[in-house]
Amino acid sequence: MPERWRIWALDYGIYVVFVLLMLVMWQLSPYFLTASNLLNIGSQVSMIAVVAIGMTMVILMAEIDLSVGSVAALAGAVTAGLIHSAPNGWSLWLWLTIAISAGMAVGFLAGLVNGLFVVWGGIPSFIVTLGTLSIGRGLVLLYTGGRPIFGFGEAFAKISWGHIGTVPLPIVIMLSLYLLAWLFLRETQLGRYIYAIGANKEAVDLAGVKYRPIKVSIFALAGTFSALAGIMLTSRLDSAQPTAAMGWELDVIAAVVLGGASLYGGRGTVAKTLVGAFIIQLISNGLNLLEVQAYWQQIAKGSIILIALLIERILSGRR
Amino acid sequence: MEQAPLAELHDISKRFGGVVALDKVNLAINSGEVIGLVGDNGAGKSTLIKVLSGAHSPDRGEILFEGSPVHIRNPRSAKELGIETVYQDLALVDTLDVPGNIFLGREIIKFGFGPLRVLDKSRMAQRAKNILQSLGISLEALRTEVGLLSGGQRQSVAVSRAVFTEPKLVILDEPTAALAVREVDHVLDLVHNLRTQHIGLIFISHVLQEVFAVADRIVVLRKGQKVADLVTEKTSMDAVVNFMVGQIEDDDSYA
Repeated sequence: MPERWRIWALDYGIYVVFVLLMLVMWQLSPYFLTASNLLNIGSQVSMIAVVAIGMTMVILMAEIDLSVGSVAALAGAVTAGLIHSAPNGWSLWLWLTIAISAGMAVGFLAGLVNGLFVVWGGIPSFIVTLGTLSIGRGLVLLYTGGRPIFGFGEAFAKISWGHIGTVPLPIVIMLSLYLLAWLFLRETQLGRYIYAIGANKEAVDLAGVKYRPIKVSIFALAGTFSALAGIMLTSRLDSAQPTAAMGWELDVIAAVVLGGASLYGGRGTVAKTLVGAFIIQLISNGLNLLEVQAYWQQIAKGSIILIALLIERILSGRR
Repeated sequence: MEQAPLAELHDISKRFGGVVALDKVNLAINSGEVIGLVGDNGAGKSTLIKVLSGAHSPDRGEILFEGSPVHIRNPRSAKELGIETVYQDLALVDTLDVPGNIFLGREIIKFGFGPLRVLDKSRMAQRAKNILQSLGISLEALRTEVGLLSGGQRQSVAVSRAVFTEPKLVILDEPTAALAVREVDHVLDLVHNLRTQHIGLIFISHVLQEVFAVADRIVVLRKGQKVADLVTEKTSMDAVVNFMVGQIEDDDSYA
């Protein structure tokens, strides 16, 4: 394959895949390309997409975060529990703000623990976050007693069901966070260091940049994104399930990897991650439309990650 | 009266466990002078430059920089003194472009809010271009990832990165090790160019022809000791090789 094609495929292949999938979906269902369906898909994908922002940054640093689903569930459960234990006489909005902030703080702390174990403990991130995945899920079960917490009223439901104009709020949240993350990674010094840390952290060190605190902060930020997504999910379902967000790590990593970010660090953009997240969602929707059994959907998703990774490896000439 | 040397090492010793990497090494480096540092593998060349660049601290001995004693604790404090090192493995970030690498760790900032500092990419690109030009390096595609550049181009970027802060002492650790023959000449030209800017240079290489081509003085290390400090014009390759392999044991053949 000529060099030009190879580089073109690496840079733009994802968009081609996205357009092709849209066409396939359109063929599968005439309702697919209606505004309401597209907005619905946007709302569905928003949670995975928000988590994928943090995951992209973590993967850019050549690390991984497997704990995202547990952290999302824990944050959702904490927020849910707090909403239910609202003290009498407090303003509803104030208490909601407190409950949501507490959920986000839980995510931040979980991410901080991940980061500290990885950076100062010197333990590979996939092991650390595998541990916190298990701890997080255990804490969710303890906190909820294994039973769902549900029924939070209209105000909280607005996070997932509200609109700005005709655009659902989750899409607004998702797109604004993506815009901010895109600017952050492209235009700021810290953003640049995130790429540099992943590509060659020794070079960053020799350049006199203290990269360890940066790494810890990004893990904490990723935890916060997971928490936000967990709270969005709780609002969407009007319920915090003990098994909520199980397996998110797979969808999120798949989105990032499909978006072309290198698991070896230093390469990738959030814009493509967003496209990757949409592709994952479209595949799920497509398989549903085709009435493919849920078990097969799992197999399909796993296979897509593996095949995407292999294609990326071959195209980038590292195989 | 003669001016004090740019940098002086006095009786520098460094051990790693039971291994003596440096044994009472003395060395003086002057501005505008190129010192060729040679020695077999494990002779202590890398350890010596790491002491100067702040990667290792010596167990014993004293370093004078511009006449006053200094403690070089880490790479940052070396840089603050004006000592820049171009490492053998280049220490470049392959996925960043040329200005990104030259300015790594000292980016030009447009404005900032706390830890969020917005990069001034166009100014960095412009200044990177100027630096490359002043070194006689022609590099068309500044925005290319350095991972896609040739070995010589990468070396040019690494050297530009080092001299950009107008350092007083530049250490080049095997700058030609991974280069094609044509590119080696280019790097040697670069070294000549740097010398005219009144910078002190330490040039490390395995290839004696290169050392003889650029160095004013040749310092030979063997088993952690300085065994010779020779004026290039007054010595020969055979003599240097003999010092390297230890055929001449006496230490008083100083030039």
